[in-house]
Amino acid sequence: MTNTIGGVEVRLDPEGFFEDPSQWTREMAIEMATADGLELTDRHWQVIEFMRREFAEKGTGPTVRVLGKASGVSIKELYQLFPKGPAKTAARFAGIPKPKGCI
Amino acid sequence: MNSPEKITKVSIIISKGSLEGIYPGLIMANGARAEGMDANLFFTFFGLDAIHRNRVDHIKVATVGNPAMHIPTLMGALPGMSALATHMMNKKMETLDIPPIHEFIEMIADTGAGLYACKASVDMFGLAPDDFVPQVKDIITVGDFYDLAAGGQIIFT
Repeated sequence: MTNTIGGVEVRLDPEGFFEDPSQWTREMAIEMATADGLELTDRHWQVIEFMRREFAEKGTGPTVRVLGKASGVSIKELYQLFPKGPAKTAARFAGIPKPKGCI
Repeated sequence: MNSPEKITKVSIIISKGSLEGIYPGLIMANGARAEGMDANLFFTFFGLDAIHRNRVDHIKVATVGNPAMHIPTLMGALPGMSALATHMMNKKMETLDIPPIHEFIEMIADTGAGLYACKASVDMFGLAPDDFVPQVKDIITVGDFYDLAAGGQIIFT
């Protein structure tokens, strides 16, 4: 389905994840976060940028375990930054597909 | 997905002390938090081994009395069999990014889930608060558990 974020048409899956990460802009992340009632800080951006790098390298979003070990943000803080689940929420804001896997 | 009503809270009971008895509850608790749900873990009976300071790093796969191992029962009883099966399973899980139990317990506590030990079992095994990893919030009664679980789903494993 298509949706308009930041005045631009983007293709999203039914849960709101980007189907084409190249359509993403930082402004869209801010708009999605605002819609969720979150104000993005530098710490949020650190996670979002890490997600995009991981996706570009590996073709899939990182798990919370990888985020906690490699993003520079601890699991405790990840859950404070993204209370509704860091791996999923940050992947959505970062414009990458929903992370697969159970962990 | 169009689920009628989303689950917003789960309380998971872990009652077994084997590797295959402990992991499913941990994966479900971690997964619940990852989906933004509240999660509590209640360890009872042999499940207490998962939060026991000296035992958490020595959890083994049960190779006897487990038909899904697909080896004859007597072979499962051979010395080293359980250690071997455990080693193989741990190796496989590491490739899937599933943490060892000790790390998983710490990780799940960091997600904000509550970890609790069952008072009846703690008394039965003669254990004290010091016997548990520091992530355990409290030793609670079954009544306390039901209070904590109020408004959510209870899963027994």
